[in-house]
Amino acid sequence: MKDVKCECGHVNPHGTVLCEACGKVLVEESPDKSLLDMRYEGSARRSQTYNKTIVDKIWNFFSSVKVGVWLIVITLVASAAGTILPQEMYIPPTMPAEEYYEDQYGWFGKLYYELDFNNLYSSWWYLILIAMIGISLVICSLDRVVPLYKALKAQRVTRHEGFLKRQRLFGISENGDHDDLAVVKQRLQAKRYHVREENGDLLAEKNRFSRWGPYVNHVGLIIFLIGGMLRFVPGMYIDKVLWLREGETKVVPETDGQYYVANEKFILENYDKDKDKTFEAAIDRAGMVVKNYQTNAVLYKRVGPAIPGEQPELEKVKEHKIRVNQPLKFESFALYQVDYKLDELNTMSFSLTNKESGKAFGDIKVNLYDPKPKYDLGNGYAVEVLSFFPDFEFSENGEPTTKSRIPNNPAFVFKMISPEVPKGETSFVAIQQTIEPLGDNQYKMAFKGIETKNVTALTVRKDLTIWIIIIGGILFMIGVIQGAYWNHRRIWVQNKNGEVWIAAHTNKNWYGLKKEIESTILETKLIIPDDQMQKERNDKEGV
Amino acid sequence: MKKRRLIMRTLILFILAAAVAYTLYANLTKDNRMKVEVGKQAPDFVLVDMEGEKHKLSDYKGQGVFLNFWGTWCKPCEAEMPYINNQYNHYKDKGVQVLAVNVSESELAVNHFIERKKLDFPTVIDTDGQVQAAYGINPLPATFLIDKDGKVVKYHTGTLTEAMVREFMEKIKP
Repeated sequence: MKDVKCECGHVNPHGTVLCEACGKVLVEESPDKSLLDMRYEGSARRSQTYNKTIVDKIWNFFSSVKVGVWLIVITLVASAAGTILPQEMYIPPTMPAEEYYEDQYGWFGKLYYELDFNNLYSSWWYLILIAMIGISLVICSLDRVVPLYKALKAQRVTRHEGFLKRQRLFGISENGDHDDLAVVKQRLQAKRYHVREENGDLLAEKNRFSRWGPYVNHVGLIIFLIGGMLRFVPGMYIDKVLWLREGETKVVPETDGQYYVANEKFILENYDKDKDKTFEAAIDRAGMVVKNYQTNAVLYKRVGPAIPGEQPELEKVKEHKIRVNQPLKFESFALYQVDYKLDELNTMSFSLTNKESGKAFGDIKVNLYDPKPKYDLGNGYAVEVLSFFPDFEFSENGEPTTKSRIPNNPAFVFKMISPEVPKGETSFVAIQQTIEPLGDNQYKMAFKGIETKNVTALTVRKDLTIWIIIIGGILFMIGVIQGAYWNHRRIWVQNKNGEVWIAAHTNKNWYGLKKEIESTILETKLIIPDDQMQKERNDKEGV
Repeated sequence: MKKRRLIMRTLILFILAAAVAYTLYANLTKDNRMKVEVGKQAPDFVLVDMEGEKHKLSDYKGQGVFLNFWGTWCKPCEAEMPYINNQYNHYKDKGVQVLAVNVSESELAVNHFIERKKLDFPTVIDTDGQVQAAYGINPLPATFLIDKDGKVVKYHTGTLTEAMVREFMEKIKP
């Protein structure tokens, strides 16, 4: 566990493969290879050097890129598994999830549910996987970027022979001279190389910042993950749905009763084949094509304090036509158009009719959200509502009952009072169904018509994390661009034993580097270095 | 040097672990994170009952309040109503008040229900859902027990048995 002193005098941390300063090979990793492994400049990755305490062991586990890749692979497989069957949030709410999966998909569905795959993306183990990727990112990056930075900073111009010889691009020119070096230096500078000179040796380097690309990218990812994490902090992220009937005013959830929103009108427009000629073919093929979903909304703010339940005093803030991607915005909230239901029943009309003569004795119009107990028609005629079932069905024991409070299938028990039958006759009236439970009636409630209203659904959205996520995303892309579109190139031109040695290294695009060297040493006595890897390969293939 | 490294690693791992632990905790509790927490003051509200009388929660200071949210279509709500009614008659003179908040149904439906079930305690209708929003009501039935100081003692969702109703009322008896 001691630092290693190189023959050039530089002290390297334990575990260093190539001397940070001169590049001499300190630890021969694979002697059979003639080329050096230049990853991380042969610097000592810290994880691999200390392995004593439990903290070090955890650290080393996460520092391994292999572990990181496996974590990503496992997460990918798990994420894919979550798409085999629909997630619980997307299944119809008519049935408990437990039954739904088995009912729809058999044993596989049951297994899927039992393994908690129905809420996969918010399950604890999935979150732990993501978290482990995040930890792996932080530790891998830290363990590599610090030594790499130090090694690149500590590098000297003059390099050890063994280092130069074992670079991929390498060549020896026996009769180069000082003039050639001067020309090369000048040309390299013209190509925006940063050229350092020591004892007549040259080190030309450019685009070192490209090496930081992956780490900038990782910082972006970490910020992105932090943004995702902040969504769990109360008040940072709200995503609720608010259903509003036309004419209804409701409190906006999560605003502490401060804001109310009214739906004045919901509009659904289709493309008209005759007007929008451009789309004629498409409309013919697809049938109806919706052009616009729109809620004419009014936002109100409550004036003064109010106790819930009390009629609030409201002040109009603004009107807005909410369309897809044109939300109504206020403070940090936005109301988006998300769903709708057309023609929900609102009122039903009936006329009290004598069955025999067919004569009507007055109409009643029942508001399905607030039916009256009695409708007086005058002259001794009246209708009482004995029972009302907004969402009618027969229960298990055969009694009429209601499934919900929404008038999807309204049914009534009416008592019809007439001069002939002042005690009243009972009639059960549902849609397309009349039952006279107490024998034949003289009168009936003849169905006259309905009025409907449209219902809109608005998403109430507040997201204070979005900017963090955007910044993370931008950094991510900057990192990618930084690492992808620039290459870190180094060219060593050095005097060894009266010869001129040229070696070069880049992290990508060796061909480009070679071309650059060729044009640099054009018309000098220097020889173009060989691509040793290419040569090796050619030798193997026997070319 | 080595020691510093150990401290650094421990610190970084600790921060990461804390962030992960918090996220997991927040995620697992997000579904049952209540708007109204046990031990906190119950949000005040005013609603009018079927007789036209105003009921303001804070006016019941000094009494325990059995606050029940229900709907006429909700079977478990219907099942527990007679129990609540029995126990209400038993405890009403002992300082326990029952307030049954119907969730935005029509007066007609509520009145019929009260008649059918012969309920004696005051029933109010939260027509525009403000009280439900303030209490974060989702599944029905939902029952809050509020003590004489206006603090929430317990929250329960799901059907109650008569024994449970009695136990609950005993809990908030001043």
